[in-house]
Amino acid sequence: MQFWVIQTLNSLALGGLLFLLAAGFSLIFGLMRIANLTHGAYYMLGAYIGVSILKVIPNLWVAALLGGLVVAVLGGLVERFILRKLAGNELGQVLVTLGFAYIIADFCLVMWGGDPIPVPTPESLESPIEIAGFMFPAYRLAVVVIALATGVGLYLLMERTRLGAMIRAGVDDMQMARAVGIPVSRLFTIVFCLGSALAGAGGILGGPIMSAYPGLDFDMLPLALIVVILGGVGSLIGAFVGSFIIGFVYTFGIALFPQFAYVILFLPMIVVIAFRPRGLFGRQVA
Amino acid sequence: MMKKTLLSLLIAALLVWPFAVGEFYVNLVTQIFIAAIFAASLNLLVGYGGLPSLGHACFLGVAAYLSALMSLRWGLDHSLSAPLALVGTVLMAGLFGLIALRATGLGFLMLTLALSQVLWGTANRWVAVTEGDNGLRGLTRPQVFGMNLDDSITFYFFALLVAMFSFWMIARLVASPFGAALQGTRDQARRMSALGHNVWLIRWITFVYAGFWGGVSGLLFVYYHKYIHPASLSLTNSAEAMLSVIAGGAGTLAGPAIGAAIILLLKNYVSAYVERWNMLLGFVFVLIVVFMPDGLVPGVKRLWARWRRQ
Repeated sequence: MQFWVIQTLNSLALGGLLFLLAAGFSLIFGLMRIANLTHGAYYMLGAYIGVSILKVIPNLWVAALLGGLVVAVLGGLVERFILRKLAGNELGQVLVTLGFAYIIADFCLVMWGGDPIPVPTPESLESPIEIAGFMFPAYRLAVVVIALATGVGLYLLMERTRLGAMIRAGVDDMQMARAVGIPVSRLFTIVFCLGSALAGAGGILGGPIMSAYPGLDFDMLPLALIVVILGGVGSLIGAFVGSFIIGFVYTFGIALFPQFAYVILFLPMIVVIAFRPRGLFGRQVA
Repeated sequence: MMKKTLLSLLIAALLVWPFAVGEFYVNLVTQIFIAAIFAASLNLLVGYGGLPSLGHACFLGVAAYLSALMSLRWGLDHSLSAPLALVGTVLMAGLFGLIALRATGLGFLMLTLALSQVLWGTANRWVAVTEGDNGLRGLTRPQVFGMNLDDSITFYFFALLVAMFSFWMIARLVASPFGAALQGTRDQARRMSALGHNVWLIRWITFVYAGFWGGVSGLLFVYYHKYIHPASLSLTNSAEAMLSVIAGGAGTLAGPAIGAAIILLLKNYVSAYVERWNMLLGFVFVLIVVFMPDGLVPGVKRLWARWRRQ
């Protein structure tokens, strides 16, 4: 019984981290039609930068904020100075983002070495919490809460603010949005920074669970891709539901059939693609 | 005329090559042959079909793994394991095509990427069968018509022969009415559909055909290295092939071969001087896309046409 409870919590925590990663990926894809393959690298870079910040300021939350900020600036620069020049060349953009993923991965290897670096759990969350007779690792609960809060925050941002309305307009019909005077190009940069920040912060928040190691980027990227394929491109709710589905499937897959965890990931994807190619919550793109 | 002369010159040069240089260069060009077949098969999708696949490594890797596993685990002879591996690869291509072709454009790209990552992860984790990160060792090269392919020059000519046959078969598909229809679906899918072509079926057949030639390159790959590692299934492998296609010129016959040669030469020469190949590869991606977006072959053709006019 304890096994199932703990694995459920692990699934939720992984789902939460995946949501931080996939929400940005999905928004960037939805608005800008860019499959940003650097996203996994941003996650890993966030984790490593967080490790370095923790040496100076031993507070995980501050490290997550600062790490997210650094990655956001980097993402914004890449968008402004490289991706923008390739507007309309979708394949070129994909290859450039992949190129940056390699550059960042190698940079991390040079800077932080090849050994995994553990990230300490914040002291206040180290002791497990007892609920209904079961012991829960407090940090994982905190990750789930943070992901939920981020989800609610993003939802409010998208649905209740002027900025969100403009982004939604851009996702639905970019040319019309431009025509009515929405500064779509500034939105691009904002969304790109926001997405990168979420990925970077996710990396360091995931640190106490996964630690920072070379290859973390391409471990996470496929999961985020599958989340977005499942949930539907550009949909926040889709990213949310997809993240938790994949969190559960992957965690239980690893626990029960370690060799076939990746094959099991494949199943929800096939079912969704077969019956609803645009994803669970995706809209038909004009 | 011009083209025929160039092609004859190239073939003549390739026939003389192994007798003019040392073993290192023989092996280097052998690897270029293999990479060229791989890139040319991807080019059918990217260049002629307008279907950007970032999962093409799965065909190379699966054919290589199947062949390796059949000879290691079941002790099958190459004359059986090679065709069986290709049949397996084609079946997988058929299945993956059913899934990935539910989408086009970037959706197709993400699906092919996700599918091949699933295989890559499985090759890494299913240690009982694939030996995981250690890879499969102790493989052999086949005997073809009594020739011993362990000799690097013999293997060079074997690879050259297979490469020439592959390019000929790929060129035939492109030049055929089917190839014309394929390029039609790339440029004007809806009109092709209105004209009565089954756009989906044309794409699916191309996907399977490209998968088959990807598998052929995979067999050569595993024969050449006598070793197979999950990296052959990796995104990097798919992406390097894609980069070869783009650098050489998508939708041209010679482009992928030239692109593959460029990438392999870069890999061999630059990595001798620079330790950080991955970082360099990243910069190569960015630079090629920014400065050579339509590739070398169309670029040179344009220059040539301008020079002729003057």
